[in-house]
Amino acid sequence: MQPLGYGSLSPARLDATFAALADPTRRAILARLASGEASVRELAEPFSMSQAAISKHLKVLERAGLISHGRDAQRRPRKLEAQPLAEANEWLERYRQFWEESYGRLDELLEEMKRTAKPRTSERRATSKRKGRRER
Amino acid sequence: MTTTKATGKALQITTPGDREIRITRSFDAPRQLVWDAYTRPDLLKRWLGAMPGWSWAVCEMDVREGGRYRWVWRGPEGAELGLGGEYREVVPHERLVTTEKYDQAWYPGEAVGTVEFTERDGRTTLVTTLRYESKAARDAVLQSPATSGMEMGYALLDTLLASIATA
Repeated sequence: MQPLGYGSLSPARLDATFAALADPTRRAILARLASGEASVRELAEPFSMSQAAISKHLKVLERAGLISHGRDAQRRPRKLEAQPLAEANEWLERYRQFWEESYGRLDELLEEMKRTAKPRTSERRATSKRKGRRER
Repeated sequence: MTTTKATGKALQITTPGDREIRITRSFDAPRQLVWDAYTRPDLLKRWLGAMPGWSWAVCEMDVREGGRYRWVWRGPEGAELGLGGEYREVVPHERLVTTEKYDQAWYPGEAVGTVEFTERDGRTTLVTTLRYESKAARDAVLQSPATSGMEMGYALLDTLLASIATA
């Protein structure tokens, strides 16, 4: 089902991104990396988790392309890769925009319905309680 | 008078459970009208669907419990987007529960959509909850720009409504 296409967004990549973002620990790691690169040990510190557990999360983030290794072979600091997050955000923004525009049209339609419904209220709904309420 | 922005029309999208997507929005109209706009094909067709190059091909709705609906849009180069399902629960002006399946579904299983209409002080809040068969299906939907088939849509209706407004 792709009559509209995915544009520049790869579904597989978005899949990996959203899956990676679904976990609170991984989101916390990304938040930490947003303020600068950090080693596994540094990343593990704020969590009551082993470095091995943190490493697992890092692997998921890495596969999703959300983080990468720094150059320092000793520390292997992780750093944030902004692009996949930007893509995920772009998609969510489109989703939101779609609904906003759809509902925007519904607003317009409802305005028109309110105008045309008025003279016909009594004929359409003899017992309508709407009339009194709306005309206060 | 304050602007419409101040009346709480902001759209909210949440994922209340890992199989669900919920969209909440308020409208400045009594719920009978919102209900009509949702359940009458002639009205629904005016706000739902049809991006530039796309148009409604089928809009059939038998709005009663056990009744079915079928929506098809046609687009450029013979592209077609169709979906349909059943009305599971129809409580006029209050609640609509439908199943939803696309002809070329890109996610597994059938979704169940619940639309709740709540009126307060002449304003109606619509809460639409789409519940998928699995988290994987929900996530697939969140990732697809074709979500709900309704992405096609706005420009044509904008034009239509603009022409009505100036008529």
